[in-house]
Amino acid sequence: MSMTNKIAPDPPARSGLGTRFVRWLDQRTGIDSLLHESLDEPIPGGAKWAYIFGSGLLFLFVSQVITGVFLALYYVPSADHAHTVVSYIVKEVTSGSFVRSIHAYGSSGIIILLLLHIGQTILYGSYKGRRELLWLSGCILLALMLGMAFTGYLLPWDEKAYFASAVGTNLIAEVPWIGPPLQQLVRGGDQMGTLTVSRFYVLHVFVLPALLIGFIAAHVFFFRKAGAAGPIKEDPLHPKLPSVPFYPRQVVMDACFAVVLIGILAIIAKTIPMDLGPAANPADTHFLPRPEWYYRPAFQWLKYLSGRWSLIGGILLPALLALIFAAAPFLDRRLERRPWRRPISVGAFLFFLIAYTSLGVASYRDDYRDPGVAAQMRQQDADARAFMQKPFVPEAAAGSVSAALVSADPKVLKGQALFQAQSCSSCHGDGGMGTAAAGPLTGVGQKYTDPQLVTLLHAPDSKMTNGGMQPVDLKQDDLEALAAYLRQLR
Amino acid sequence: MQLTPEKHDVVKVNTAGRRSFVVALFGLSGAAVSALLAIPLVRFVTYPLRKNAAGTTWSDVGPVEDFASLTAPVAKTITLERRDAWQSTSSQTAVYVLPSKAGQFRILSPICPHLGCSVRWVGDEKKFVCPCHSGSFTADGERIAGPPPRSMDALESKVENGVLKVRYQYFRQLVPNKEVMA
Repeated sequence: MSMTNKIAPDPPARSGLGTRFVRWLDQRTGIDSLLHESLDEPIPGGAKWAYIFGSGLLFLFVSQVITGVFLALYYVPSADHAHTVVSYIVKEVTSGSFVRSIHAYGSSGIIILLLLHIGQTILYGSYKGRRELLWLSGCILLALMLGMAFTGYLLPWDEKAYFASAVGTNLIAEVPWIGPPLQQLVRGGDQMGTLTVSRFYVLHVFVLPALLIGFIAAHVFFFRKAGAAGPIKEDPLHPKLPSVPFYPRQVVMDACFAVVLIGILAIIAKTIPMDLGPAANPADTHFLPRPEWYYRPAFQWLKYLSGRWSLIGGILLPALLALIFAAAPFLDRRLERRPWRRPISVGAFLFFLIAYTSLGVASYRDDYRDPGVAAQMRQQDADARAFMQKPFVPEAAAGSVSAALVSADPKVLKGQALFQAQSCSSCHGDGGMGTAAAGPLTGVGQKYTDPQLVTLLHAPDSKMTNGGMQPVDLKQDDLEALAAYLRQLR
Repeated sequence: MQLTPEKHDVVKVNTAGRRSFVVALFGLSGAAVSALLAIPLVRFVTYPLRKNAAGTTWSDVGPVEDFASLTAPVAKTITLERRDAWQSTSSQTAVYVLPSKAGQFRILSPICPHLGCSVRWVGDEKKFVCPCHSGSFTADGERIAGPPPRSMDALESKVENGVLKVRYQYFRQLVPNKEVMA
């Protein structure tokens, strides 16, 4: 792109405001040439519906970013609040269930589109002809997207999220040598807990999206550098077919596809809102963890492996497959693109696809056929539906009566009632937190003994009276109850 | 930096009719995406605006029949529920329920409008007395003597399904007129 510093003369005042604004902006940004650069991309052989998946992925990614930012308005990444806030989003906030469903189903949509995009690329042989970096950046994007799906799944902290992620992170321990410490690092401890939520949250919201944006930029850049590959008979290095610009035909197709995508997502989100199960209960021994559908085949695969085979089949084989997949443009160097002339690469992909699908089908079939498992799965679904039906129950904030009532002894309760009835709280604040009028009472129990507290309440010292403290005129046992309450304020 | 490979004979097809069709199509798809995504998102983000408008919190004082035959003010402990989005904080406080006049209940805040001490009902003298600076009020809460700048503060109350309810609020101290504290 060439930048000229030549200043064009001001346009005549006759031209329309819009035109003048566009020109004003272009003189300062060069937006016109940028637009031309992106819209006039030549496509050998012209626009085709087969090319819509890449931009469909970009559209869904943008939709995930937007809905994700909005969900973050209400989300709290902590094990003791995560489930409450997600049920608040789903049950209380306007359109909350819809926005969450678009986001959750969007991840499935991205996985489907990734499969279609990769399938089209392999079938068309469009990774050939100096497109190794384009392919590799795509492989990294695939891994990052799978990471997004895995980390996002835990965040609602309901039963299925908790147990699926517990199983998922258990696999990490199988990695040779560094397995156990790596698992601890990912979980933030031996067990799944509040640090796991914050780690997954940071990965899901900061680290992986930043990497995704970077690699999407690289992917698009490499794509533009190599040029569109065109139909299967086209030479991937020196296209011979007459090319048609990306705009308008391909843009129109891409736009139609975007509308279809968001339409499908909206219909599913409206008719089958993504459910939220009961809060994670690590003590629940009956819960059968099952991952999302796209991880089901891997889950089934691991069921067949035991002993040393779990290392070979569960870690080494997938690693080898991933390596071969990433190396595809280096291994398959011929420029031949017609799929029937490339039986090995196309056949290997189809074989993988069939095997992966069969494993997934087998997993669902196994669950369906085992009466015990089937009953438990139905029960889990019923529990989730029942939880969705219940009204939202707010979480009792720390320091509130109902939270304290559970464990407090009667003397403390009496003291608390006195604390409020005597309006101590109007100056010292709820739970003795302190206000502008008077200091906090938290921790006084560490400074004074009970008799000292009773004496000070009955006859405040000069520093207290100067601050506006009044003697508390109560019976001895009431004063003792008040002191007992003050003692446990922290 | 040249991203578009050269030596392509780019076929340009740009007639005015087709362009306006394309623009209309983009308008339509933009509208569709906005309707499906932007509207729910705007409603999602503006939820607190609509929520706060209806945020009046009423606390139960007790069944109406308990107060039907009162002859003197009685102190009742009520539980205040305060909702902060997905959290709720509950605390307890006392209010005075006055004997009803023609079925109408009056509920007073026990907080002295002078410096915020708890005013007590002294049955023998048939008046409210503040223990801090001896401000005193009639059985209806009207100021009699002492430093308080105004009478005791009445709270909004209503009867719903046979239960007396009160809307508890705090009022500014040391001012002659009742002012709700935010």
